[in-house]
Amino acid sequence: MTKERILEKSFLLIAFSSISILALIAFFIFQQGIPLMWKVGLESFLLGDRWFPSKESFGIFPMIVGSFWVTLGSLIVGVPLGVACAVFLCELTGPAIAMVLRPMIQLLAAIPSVIYGFWGLIVLVPLIRDSLGGPGLSILAGSLVLGIMILPTIISISEDSLRALPRIYKEGALSLGATHWQTIWRVLLPAARSGIVASVILGMGRAIGETMAMIMILGNAAQMPHSILSSARTLTTNIGIEMGYASGDHRQALFATGVVLFFIIMGLNSLALFISRKGRA
Amino acid sequence: MGISRHHTQALAKGVIWVAAFSTLAVMFWILYQVLREGLPLLHLEFFLQAPRQMGRAGGIFSTIIGTISLTIVAIVIATPLGVGTAIFLREYTRESRVSRVIRFGTDCLAGVPSIIFGLFGFVFFVIFLGLGWSILSGGLTVATMILPTIICTAEEAIKAVPYTYREVSFALGGTRWQTIRKMVLPNALPGILTGVLLGVGRSVGETAAVILTAGSSFITPDSLFSPIRTMAVHFYILAREGISMEMAYATGAALILLILAINTVANWLMYRYVHKG
Amino acid sequence: MEKQAKIAIQHFHFYYGSFMALKDLSLSIQSNQIFAILGPARGGKTTLLKSMNRLADLIFGTSHTGQIFIDRLEIYDPRVPLPELRRRVGMVFDLPTALPLSIFENVAYGPRFKGLREKTRLEEIVEKSLQAAVLWDEVKDRLHSSALRLSGGQQQRLCIARMLALEPEIIMLDEPCSGLDPISTASIEKSLVSLKEKYTILLVPHNIQQASRVADRVGFFLGGEMIEEGSADQIFTRPQNKKTEDYISGRFG
Repeated sequence: MTKERILEKSFLLIAFSSISILALIAFFIFQQGIPLMWKVGLESFLLGDRWFPSKESFGIFPMIVGSFWVTLGSLIVGVPLGVACAVFLCELTGPAIAMVLRPMIQLLAAIPSVIYGFWGLIVLVPLIRDSLGGPGLSILAGSLVLGIMILPTIISISEDSLRALPRIYKEGALSLGATHWQTIWRVLLPAARSGIVASVILGMGRAIGETMAMIMILGNAAQMPHSILSSARTLTTNIGIEMGYASGDHRQALFATGVVLFFIIMGLNSLALFISRKGRA
Repeated sequence: MGISRHHTQALAKGVIWVAAFSTLAVMFWILYQVLREGLPLLHLEFFLQAPRQMGRAGGIFSTIIGTISLTIVAIVIATPLGVGTAIFLREYTRESRVSRVIRFGTDCLAGVPSIIFGLFGFVFFVIFLGLGWSILSGGLTVATMILPTIICTAEEAIKAVPYTYREVSFALGGTRWQTIRKMVLPNALPGILTGVLLGVGRSVGETAAVILTAGSSFITPDSLFSPIRTMAVHFYILAREGISMEMAYATGAALILLILAINTVANWLMYRYVHKG
Repeated sequence: MEKQAKIAIQHFHFYYGSFMALKDLSLSIQSNQIFAILGPARGGKTTLLKSMNRLADLIFGTSHTGQIFIDRLEIYDPRVPLPELRRRVGMVFDLPTALPLSIFENVAYGPRFKGLREKTRLEEIVEKSLQAAVLWDEVKDRLHSSALRLSGGQQQRLCIARMLALEPEIIMLDEPCSGLDPISTASIEKSLVSLKEKYTILLVPHNIQQASRVADRVGFFLGGEMIEEGSADQIFTRPQNKKTEDYISGRFG
């Protein structure tokens, strides 16, 4: 009997590991980053557009803008194509083909981001540079590659949502004389809306958090981008590039960037949870 | 009356076909590109030699060792914690405030970007715990990253074990732990292994967090405290610093093949043992 | 001289949350007999069985008042070790639930939990139990093949053997023949009659006919309450309560 109690308590302890790790992460990141944010001033940190660590100037607004545009771009690329693929897999092909394609799409999700970044670097960047001008290392390149990277997420979750719909939705619409496409567009997609939105938010989270591929193709100019052909930095690449050699205030500023990132992701996560819970109601 | 519904349908379906086809084509083209250039360069010596001249020549032996050792550390730490959490959630408790808090923590952890894990790993393992840039620091950091995945898949696997098996086990005089050990875990094992393999795949491909915690030395490591470069990190450095496109292609191809192998085994496990109904 | 009852239930109520599944049950059952628990669905029959081996405790939110004594031991006393209770009071469920193991390992499952490791002892127990469940001849040549390959009737007899391997004192069977063909049903009923020489048997019969074939005493349950209790002969030919009579004669069910 005692042995059973000991085991139960041990499992309880183990079960708290994930929340403990989360707390540790928050604690240490904040401990390093918040003092600097205080020192520089919250407003000048978040809204300042000059990032010159050597001159103690820490404004991350260009990075926030960079993250915003790249993420938005990736959604513009990834969501329509992803939902289209999901519709394709679910409604427009037979189960045999879908069964072959689905593990392949899962495989693509498992490919490391550095591979995507590499491809972007050697194929996409020269292409943009030669046909559209600019350095090639640009927000456009970043959006395209990031869009491709979040496709597997959007495709698989959207497809699951479509598949989970009760068959009566489709059969009911068709028996009322709707065409297949009308059924998809007017009945199925709206019904699967919450799942699709969840996949978009998940994709957005991955896009915002992506680092390595972005370092490789965004160009990393720490200034306000003025077009999609400009080089830029995101919050993540800012950390990734300079962490290797930063020290003192500079290093703390990078942690502070991490704090901002942390809040953005937590906000997004909560939004996703909220929506998925509402969708279930 | 304008365009008929059947024309709309044909048009819409056509657009979807084109979109889907081109999307999937591009995604596979990316893999094809790297494999086409890199596969021919993969000879045995490539795998057995250490990088020379900053990576311009030689092979990737030390990075293979680095990848394997880091992954082993990550799995050894994350699997007991993950499976233990899943056991607790499904066998020792029901939906309550405690389980909701645990799930919330796990969900949030799953969403944290890898660079944040890198920052955390750096300040906590490398500096605070004094482990330095090492296989240990890198492995521990990656363990925290793959924990949510293992918890999730282990929970699904345990949930899938039919309730009657447990009921019978209890009726025959089994204690809770005896039932878990003899009935639940053995039957949940394939699903759990799948989750572990997913974690392995993630560990192999992870770059941001590893660079900040395991360093980037390409010398073959001699202890858990040595700094190392994993294949993914090596690939990144080669590509970014423009050291050698050839070597980059080759390393990239090796990376893709490794991920392919891991995924195939995981899929096979899922198919054979988990979905056989 | 009144023989001491094997099972004595006193003013027992059982609740799933706030729902009362068993209402003020008081009942004595003598040893070495087959007691049939008769009644329509949702009458509390399975609840009664699962209260006897406290398997119902696994469900969160259950509670009870009253007492159940087995040989003067109150089974809800917190000091009673549950695994031991469940070995004394064996149970067979209504669906054949072979564990995903070999036939041998299924039967040896319970004894192994008790700590039994010696191979010869285990083999002895397995053979003895399979014989008592009238399954030995059919499976003795394939003891190490998967139990999931047995037919429904064979699996159910395997479940009986599995339970007997623990050498219980009381055996509870919850509609053990549901879904089985008449031949398997007949062989199980035959083994029950021979088993009552050694054990006390609580049976939830599949139908009234089965009860009339094998039961010594019968309790009629309706809506969680025991309406009437008596010898099988008396219940089936001269029921004293109108509801019992209606059920027996098929006016509802």
